[in-house]
Amino acid sequence: MDAISYERAGDVSSALRAAQQPGTMFIGGGTNLLDLMKGGVERPLRLVDITHLRGLDTIGTLPDGGLRIGALVRNSDTANHALVRAQYPLLSQALLAGASAQLRNMATVGGNLMQRTRCGYFYDTAFTQCNKRQPGSGCAALEGQNRMHAILGASSQCVAVNPSDMSVALAALDAVVRVNGPRGERTIALAEFHRLPADRPDVDTTLQPGELITAVDLPPPLFSDHSHYLKVRDRASYAFALVSVAAALQLDGTTVKSARIALGGVAHKPWRASAAEQMLTGQPLTDATLREAAAAALRDARPLRDNRFKVQLAQRSIVRAVNQAAGRTGGIA
Amino acid sequence: MIMNAPLIGQPMDRTDGVLKVTGEARYAAEFPEARLAHAVLVTSTIASGSIASIDASRAQALPGVLLVMTYQNAPRLPNGGRPPATPSVGRHLSLLQDNQIHYSNEPVAVVVADTLEHATDAARQLRIAYQSTPAVLDFTSAKANAHAPITPQGRQTDTQRGDFNAGLADGAVRIEAVYTTPIEHHNPMEPHATMAHWDGPQLTLYDSTQGVSGARVAVATTLGISPDDVRVISPFLGGGFGCKGSSWSHVALCAMASKQTGRPVRLALTRPQMFGPVGARPRTEQHFTLAARHDGTLTAMRHDSFSNTSMFEDWTETCCMVTRMLYAVPNQVTTHRLVQLNLGTPTFMRAPGETTGSFALESAMDELAAALKMDPLALRLKNYAEADPQENKPWSSKSLRQCYQIGAEKFGWSRRTPAPRSMRAGNTLIGMGMATATYPANRSAASAVARILPDGTAMVASGTQDLGTGTYTVMTQVAADALGFAPEKIHFALGDSTLPPAPGSGGSQSAASVAPAVHDASLQVRNQLIALALADSASPLHGMNADEVSVDNGWVVSRSNPSLRDPAGAILARAGGHPIEAVVSVKPGGERSTYSLHSFGAVFVEVHVDADLGTIRVPRMVGVYDAGRILNQKTAHSQMLGGMVWGVGAAFEEDTLLDPRYGRFVNANLAEYHVPVNADIGTLDISFLDEPDPHINSLGVRGIGEIGLTGVVAALANAVYHATGVRVRDLPITLDKVMTPSEV
Repeated sequence: MDAISYERAGDVSSALRAAQQPGTMFIGGGTNLLDLMKGGVERPLRLVDITHLRGLDTIGTLPDGGLRIGALVRNSDTANHALVRAQYPLLSQALLAGASAQLRNMATVGGNLMQRTRCGYFYDTAFTQCNKRQPGSGCAALEGQNRMHAILGASSQCVAVNPSDMSVALAALDAVVRVNGPRGERTIALAEFHRLPADRPDVDTTLQPGELITAVDLPPPLFSDHSHYLKVRDRASYAFALVSVAAALQLDGTTVKSARIALGGVAHKPWRASAAEQMLTGQPLTDATLREAAAAALRDARPLRDNRFKVQLAQRSIVRAVNQAAGRTGGIA
Repeated sequence: MIMNAPLIGQPMDRTDGVLKVTGEARYAAEFPEARLAHAVLVTSTIASGSIASIDASRAQALPGVLLVMTYQNAPRLPNGGRPPATPSVGRHLSLLQDNQIHYSNEPVAVVVADTLEHATDAARQLRIAYQSTPAVLDFTSAKANAHAPITPQGRQTDTQRGDFNAGLADGAVRIEAVYTTPIEHHNPMEPHATMAHWDGPQLTLYDSTQGVSGARVAVATTLGISPDDVRVISPFLGGGFGCKGSSWSHVALCAMASKQTGRPVRLALTRPQMFGPVGARPRTEQHFTLAARHDGTLTAMRHDSFSNTSMFEDWTETCCMVTRMLYAVPNQVTTHRLVQLNLGTPTFMRAPGETTGSFALESAMDELAAALKMDPLALRLKNYAEADPQENKPWSSKSLRQCYQIGAEKFGWSRRTPAPRSMRAGNTLIGMGMATATYPANRSAASAVARILPDGTAMVASGTQDLGTGTYTVMTQVAADALGFAPEKIHFALGDSTLPPAPGSGGSQSAASVAPAVHDASLQVRNQLIALALADSASPLHGMNADEVSVDNGWVVSRSNPSLRDPAGAILARAGGHPIEAVVSVKPGGERSTYSLHSFGAVFVEVHVDADLGTIRVPRMVGVYDAGRILNQKTAHSQMLGGMVWGVGAAFEEDTLLDPRYGRFVNANLAEYHVPVNADIGTLDISFLDEPDPHINSLGVRGIGEIGLTGVVAALANAVYHATGVRVRDLPITLDKVMTPSEV
């Protein structure tokens, strides 16, 4: 019988110690893990509750002017924090675009980073093919219902997408994930935190076994005046993104000094559109340059049977999001 | 003394509202029971084939496990668990009588343990090996083998009137189009749940059901016991929408498990188990041909509807019913065909046939209007049916013309410019669409008891159900008016098969069927009370004639001299302190052979479509309904709200995704199976003409459970066309279908 042992860790070191036993998972808000356990997708032997770890539930400024968000800060508290709203409105918008108010009240920043894909074939163990759930079993989505799936960076092993909105904004903001583990503390650039599936789709992140996320660091705010998180989805709220765009600009008049663009809903990880950023940098922001940049961002897209529309949708969403970041145009979405 | 104004029609608050918001209302899975055991349903993971082997040893050895019931050890049922009659009365169920698998998520085992956790764990440890056989899951190819159902829902499979080909030739403009709608699942907030309790030969079921009487007979027949030995109790439902209109496999399985274990057993389905074994709205493919003269006069209409059913039972989505009656088209052909797939049997889902059928019909009418360059509303008025064109009967009453007129006025339909994409504000394409709503005014036999108690209160009851729609409340209002009692002095009871029988709550028939029974029973017992008073020498009303008194607020009162009055409690006390009661059964009369009875409405909607991204929003909808006399303006308004909100979901969101390789649904949860959220809904302007139907029953009341969903889907689709110029004939209308495929 899969009896689950449960313990509540009081501090980071005891949590790390507890995590050294095989089959252990940390549990924060539990908004994703509990669902996965009910479905038999995740079957931990041991849960270490980290919600009572001291010192990881606060937001504070860093000496360089950046911001440190503790891993246990709730999504709703992060989104509504005065400093986040004032200096990183992109992050606030992205968080509020995710899930529902009830889920945001439970979900933590660290847990959000660890969210697993919403691929239906991953979620239902009756589907025998899922390399993410059962390495080597195949990928049912590749030729199945794949309207929600990846158009960038996928592999023949997995076409699932990362469901997080928060991570897309963090990718655009060049956030850094702080972790603590058996070998001590280290930092991981957010862009390197989530993996592409390649031939190991069962591994979502570069977090090592036994490591614990303690915080997310944001660099000093450069984009508080010009940013926008655009989420395009099948209903107005409580739906995962078909495509989302985190756009952030530094403008000098109408000229782009620097640009950050990250896409959600298109890949196994938050997708930085570096080529598009470079094409915009130093240029006046015009419809023509924007469209070219958007086209460049999707140049390597490999859509599947049901999601060809995402290529164009992503391009148009980039145009819209950057325009909105620059205060140019709006729309419904 | 002032006579109280009638309660019928008043927006009275729900009598069960406080119970619900305080958690005191008890639902099927919440009844406590000593020695209660918990069952978990195990369902198949293949779509076709058989069970090769079951290894229950690990599951059985787990702590607390009382029973692992599979086809190998389940009690044998009469007739192999199949319904006896042909065509069958009950549903074809999966009752562990053999090892055959007909669809994925079909019940294959029941695990019972002392706790839900133990049962869940044991269910997971069950090792079932299957032998798969090729499954039929592709609708398009299976359509080649489609067959004609026999009298679907008691209606004609096919109809023909006039000369379709001649009508086609007579038309100057023709529309030919194919519309499809996806498989949808009901997903009431409360999943199906049952608790079974045997006391010797007698079975009590606490079941979330839309029909306590039907469930009683169905379960008794299935188990081969007398209906007299079965009692079904269902005081509250967290929604039904049709999926609780049949007793599905889990109900009988729960009773069987209880019998086997000798303990009361509770079986509640999980959300993923709501996708398969308890019905769905089937996929439909509807072929339409319309022909009309240049002035808009319809000359011919053909509607061929295909819908899927299971491999083992015919159930038809009757899409053509609206087509047959809505417009005065002289030449018409309609057909229904069934496509067998390895899926669970579909079932009634709110306005079954009318929702899907009116989407196709009212989209086709919109396409015709566009082709004729005619206003869509004018086209409908041009073909207004003054009598039922199929039945050749007058309507019992029909004020659709007023609905159109009032709706158009409220909405500002005249502001609509006809050309698609002609109304735009920046990046937003604005579209306006309309469609007709209609649903039959059904009624069945029903009975009720009304009892006046010595304490001066009344107990009124009927074996009907309250799906959350307000039956408790509206029946209290009907009883209060008929009795002359204040509503707070009336206890209305329902949801128990030991009460006087009433029909299942489906087909929008409860209000029209039960209200007359409640009214008549209440009136009869009121008259008994009056007779007691008048005959009693101790009463101040002694010796008066019955027509000289009335009952007001629980007192029998002289009409001419209100100071002469006698309270019900005192009257009964003097008569020996016994309750008095009346039991009344009422049924439809000959009106259905004389008249065609339907409700009607007009729906006008505005949509905003993002010109670049295709995102659709619905800022406002207007619905005006001719639905007979309204019993309660508040609960009726809520019914329409729910229907119209559902329409938004059906138009833009609902879609159960089938993987035909597995025969399994990919989005069997409420995160990925979308229904509208608050943010999807704009302003809803709902009104009723509130005109009694003079023929349906003594109260002029028609049911309103389903009409609110009809018409909405087509109105939205038509508005999307008007906004974008893109005609989407395949639901749901998602943004990828309306994004214009041009440049970035």
